Amino acid sequence: MAKNNEIEFRRTVETQYRQIMDQCAAHLDRMEEELPKARVDFKAELGRRGVSRRDFLKWTSVMTAALMLPPVFKPLVARAAENFSRLPVVWLHFAECTGCSEAFLRTSYPNVDDILLDTISLEYHETLMAAAGHQAEANLEQALHDFAGKFVCVIEGAIPMGLNGRYLTLGAQGKTGLQVAKEVTSKAAATICIGSCSSFGNVQAAHPNPTDAQGVGEALGIRTVNIAGCPPSPQNFVGTVLHFLMFGGLPALDSLGRPVWAYGKRIHDYCERRPHYDAGEFVEEWGDEGAKKGWCLYKMGCKGPYTYSNCAKVRFNDGMSWPIMAGHGCMGCTEPGFWDTMAPLEKPIGEKLVGGSRVGARVDSVGAALTAAAVVGVAAHAGLTAAKGQGQPKGPAADEEGQG
Amino acid sequence: MSERIIVDPITRIEGHLRIEAELDDAGVIRDAWSSITLWRGFEQILKGRDPRDAPLMVQRFCGVCTYSHYEASILACEDAFGVKPPANARLMRNLIKAAQYITDHVMHFYHLHGLDWVDIVSALSADPNKAVELARAYHPNPYNCSASHYKAVQQRLTTFVESGRLGPFANAYWGNPSFKLSPEANLVITSHYLDALGVSKTGAQMMALFGGKNPHPQSLVVGGITSVMDALDAHRVGEYLFRLKELKNFIDTAYIPDVLIAAAAYKDEGLAGTGAGVKNYLCYGGFPLDDDWNQTLLPRGVVKGGDIAHPLELDEERITEDVTHAWYQGADNLHPFVGRTEPEYTGFGADGFVKGDEKYTWCKAPSYDGLPYEVGPLARFIVAYAQGDARIKPLVDDTLKATGLPATVLFSTLGRTAARALETKLVADYAGTWVNELIANIKAGDTRTWTRCDVPRSGRGRGMDEVPRGALGHWINIENHAIANYQAIVPSTWNCAPRDAAGKRGPYEESLIGTKLANVEQPLEILRTIHSFDPCMACAVHIIQPATGQMHTFKVA
Repeated sequence: MAKNNEIEFRRTVETQYRQIMDQCAAHLDRMEEELPKARVDFKAELGRRGVSRRDFLKWTSVMTAALMLPPVFKPLVARAAENFSRLPVVWLHFAECTGCSEAFLRTSYPNVDDILLDTISLEYHETLMAAAGHQAEANLEQALHDFAGKFVCVIEGAIPMGLNGRYLTLGAQGKTGLQVAKEVTSKAAATICIGSCSSFGNVQAAHPNPTDAQGVGEALGIRTVNIAGCPPSPQNFVGTVLHFLMFGGLPALDSLGRPVWAYGKRIHDYCERRPHYDAGEFVEEWGDEGAKKGWCLYKMGCKGPYTYSNCAKVRFNDGMSWPIMAGHGCMGCTEPGFWDTMAPLEKPIGEKLVGGSRVGARVDSVGAALTAAAVVGVAAHAGLTAAKGQGQPKGPAADEEGQG
Repeated sequence: MSERIIVDPITRIEGHLRIEAELDDAGVIRDAWSSITLWRGFEQILKGRDPRDAPLMVQRFCGVCTYSHYEASILACEDAFGVKPPANARLMRNLIKAAQYITDHVMHFYHLHGLDWVDIVSALSADPNKAVELARAYHPNPYNCSASHYKAVQQRLTTFVESGRLGPFANAYWGNPSFKLSPEANLVITSHYLDALGVSKTGAQMMALFGGKNPHPQSLVVGGITSVMDALDAHRVGEYLFRLKELKNFIDTAYIPDVLIAAAAYKDEGLAGTGAGVKNYLCYGGFPLDDDWNQTLLPRGVVKGGDIAHPLELDEERITEDVTHAWYQGADNLHPFVGRTEPEYTGFGADGFVKGDEKYTWCKAPSYDGLPYEVGPLARFIVAYAQGDARIKPLVDDTLKATGLPATVLFSTLGRTAARALETKLVADYAGTWVNELIANIKAGDTRTWTRCDVPRSGRGRGMDEVPRGALGHWINIENHAIANYQAIVPSTWNCAPRDAAGKRGPYEESLIGTKLANVEQPLEILRTIHSFDPCMACAVHIIQPATGQMHTFKVA
């Protein structure tokens, strides 16, 4: 009886996977027909950069697992990668610092993510394009015309809503950032917000938000994929685009629009210093013996317990390092409003200045209720109160709670 | 009849910049206006926060300059807190900053500025064998140089062009008569354009080694640095040195030779002083060689009116900011410690042009002793040259000798670009010394990376620094343990300044005057000169402190 159930179960799963894979293959077929020819021969490019077939297959396995897909999807991930440069991308800059573009340009090499980003079909990107002035604007119009409904709009930067959007104007006609965003996203197949500015507003939206800057989703009232982080890891962007290529749709997102595959767990969950937290071994001041030994940075203001991101796994700059490895706490940059809710950045949350600007009203302890209200999205996590004891946390709260 | 042209967006820069130029019948620029079209309002945001949060926050002025504002803000806080970081912290900061300089300058020359000098389409018709000869004439062992490689580069470009999808290279000014390089020179530099993408990644890794990541490193704290584990790990230090060697090789065998190739082709413009601008140069000193900043690798000083025979001492009190032509209320000209600004956006004229006689930009006009000043690599090299700097003067003299050009060629767009290349070499060659000092310190048992300090009840401090794009100053006032006032005058504010109250043009504006456009439809010469400053607009519009500290409702004209 049990055996029959097992067979039945496997059959159902297989059928479901088969269906999804068929849909996926049909989507890729359609895309190969509709979108222009790949500008770069991906296989030749891999060879040119010394990435062997074997390396590529390894990368495919890692990316498939990272996207939370079963191994049978590996050939589809590979096919999506081969078609990556077909996808037309229009990259817009609003109120931002170009740090995300920099991160995007400086991913590691020689690996596949890097090649994908180098071969992406950027139809419009102000930092990189050779054309300027009205020739640049003509490129944008051309792309909107040629690829209407097919291109991906990537947005870097928040949208200032104050002054009717006129804190930011673009082009000779002085269009506001808001107007350009509306015009371009309305024609895009999908809008991907890269970085915390376009995702949630970020630094210009910090209290008191003088230009009334907002994330793109909020400003336009549209659904966006939010690759949060200041800057985010470029791999999280690559994975999301691959997902889009494979399925013609967006990956599973949490309640804040972040792909669950990349933002489903807290920094704290994967942190290399986590054992020291569990053992109650904390850095007490910068450069002390604990700092030299790589102890936990919670008492130095690390916001890892309240921050959802895979930084500890993917790190930055070819896995070279990440803030906690460099001995500084996480400041929570993938969470909305982190400049206010996580401040002061180098103190545990319990020691924050209440109200941000009401100077001097320092409190020694903040009730769990206030913390929960302040730290959006991590209300379910009791790490703070636990850690305020002797570094002996209670059992971890359910990770998936509050995550769509 | 004169004609007014608008170039907006200026691409291949950080941020949002608009340039308007008035041309005469011969296509020569007679007047110009530069306008920054984004305001983010950091000043209100910083007020009331813990001063130790300011460095991480102001770092977000700009993701390209990233480390620059971080360090300047840390210096301002340390001045206000009255704390001096230990030697190890100073050395590691210099190492992170060296990575910033090298990465920034290389990326600027090839990816942001290169296409103003290089015609990629012309490279397709080059003879790869002759290109090898050309490269070898400038260095005995040039970077990635062989006829087969150059042929492969041409093949790649051809595939790209034939696919009909030029992507970022679409619709540029290819074929413009103002491009002067031979097809072979275009091919050599284009080949390095592609190589440089990898090189700037290596530089970013160097920053991440001690900074945690790039952009936006996260290891500096007031009083020191947090990446002590990395300093104590010989393997990490070795990783830095290994990468530094790789970059030095690129600078010596690609970057410097390429700039010399460009100098040979464009020397007439250089000798004619095209793009010279205001000819006033200012720098604050950067890369401390001792813990008290008595000696710095990059100079501190002033040269006025191009008079290199009489360099002047810097007096910080003479720095002021004027808002007559900027979208802020009033016409103040105040020192940053007492600066005040309230936004007053008046937009563009009904004809679609900037209102050049009124307010026309979000950028203020900084001045030194009442005059506009240029900052950046050229300013540093001219001041150091005038001071007879023991490292920089020989570097400049040798280069001039090799090219057979006089020192006056420095006062030009070409000079600006060449100074940046020589500075990259200077910093890369010196960085190894800091690694050695760090190792020696740790060997001797000094593992200190932080000096204990706390936020004072009240105080004020300034951080004066030299960063890749020029002189950077941050000023902080602390009251009741919190930020009461924060000001920054950044390099691009100096360079992108609008007219001052007296109507004197800012450095960008002045540098365009007299430049002739070969084709008005393709303002390549404007881009070449503006890019030579390495504009960074997110930086330029920054922190301005409203006197009242209140939120204002803005009336739109």
